[in-house]
Amino acid sequence: MNPIGNLNKLFDSRIRLGVMSVLMVNEEVSFNDLKQVLEVTDGNLASHLTTLEENGYLKVHKGFIGRKTNTTYSITKAGEKAFKGHLAALENMIRSIE
Amino acid sequence: MNEQQHLETLSDIKRIMERSSRFISLSGLSGVWAGICGLAGATVAYLWIHSYYLAWDTRGSYYDSDYAALRFKLIALAVVVLAITLAGGAYFTWRKARRNNLPIWDATSRKVAVNLCLPLVTGGFFILGLMYNNHEPLIAPSCLVFYGLALVNASKYTLTDIRYLGITEIILGILNIFFLRRGLYFWALGFGVLHIIYGLVMWWKYERGMKIEG
Repeated sequence: MNPIGNLNKLFDSRIRLGVMSVLMVNEEVSFNDLKQVLEVTDGNLASHLTTLEENGYLKVHKGFIGRKTNTTYSITKAGEKAFKGHLAALENMIRSIE
Repeated sequence: MNEQQHLETLSDIKRIMERSSRFISLSGLSGVWAGICGLAGATVAYLWIHSYYLAWDTRGSYYDSDYAALRFKLIALAVVVLAITLAGGAYFTWRKARRNNLPIWDATSRKVAVNLCLPLVTGGFFILGLMYNNHEPLIAPSCLVFYGLALVNASKYTLTDIRYLGITEIILGILNIFFLRRGLYFWALGFGVLHIIYGLVMWWKYERGMKIEG
């Protein structure tokens, strides 16, 4: 079996992989906290988040703190499975080379 | 992609997971500073208590006003020591965060603060109640136990060493319950010596190699 086939195309982007890494270990993360951890611009982050949402890997919760919007993100079961699968594929590849 | 890139990706993931879920800027030097303040405070308290008993012995009888004065002085001392400890501790941690280019007030430090404060504030009111009911010998063990629980609670969101510091404080507090009226010694051990030891260990583990700028 071709080991590269198991790598998830969606996670080729470092930012998308970064978002998933953060969501794996935090229940709910706000847009601003994601931006701070990953050190990316608003527009860049927003487009990657949309892609992940469209693929069903994360859930968006829109809320308010006072009048300001507060959007938070959390990982879905499908997202968790995809992320773990991607990590396992990476691990297998490294092991097969050794 | 080659092997090296995959390894880099994996270590990136690990770093992001750690950075986003744990407050890693806590400096060991903050602990050392807290320990020094704690020992200095305990020494002053010891001298005051000593002279209080000396006065009692020379006059041969107990005076309510003497006791009230000592009590007030000790509470004031505790407040001052706490303020100096927190200010210095915050400074060393702020310095470490700046050196690593990490924010000091983010989602992780908020989690540490909230989880630390919950048992700590509970303990604070509990101890106020002890003072109100004149159960002074129970104050030191209660401080140690609640502080230990607060550390264990907050350790999920910061360096794991804090968990072991917390457990040691709890054990010390429980021991103190069975050696009442030796509170000052346990206090000096728990808030002074332990902080210095753990602070040095953490500094050795995480900060020794960091270069000093500015």
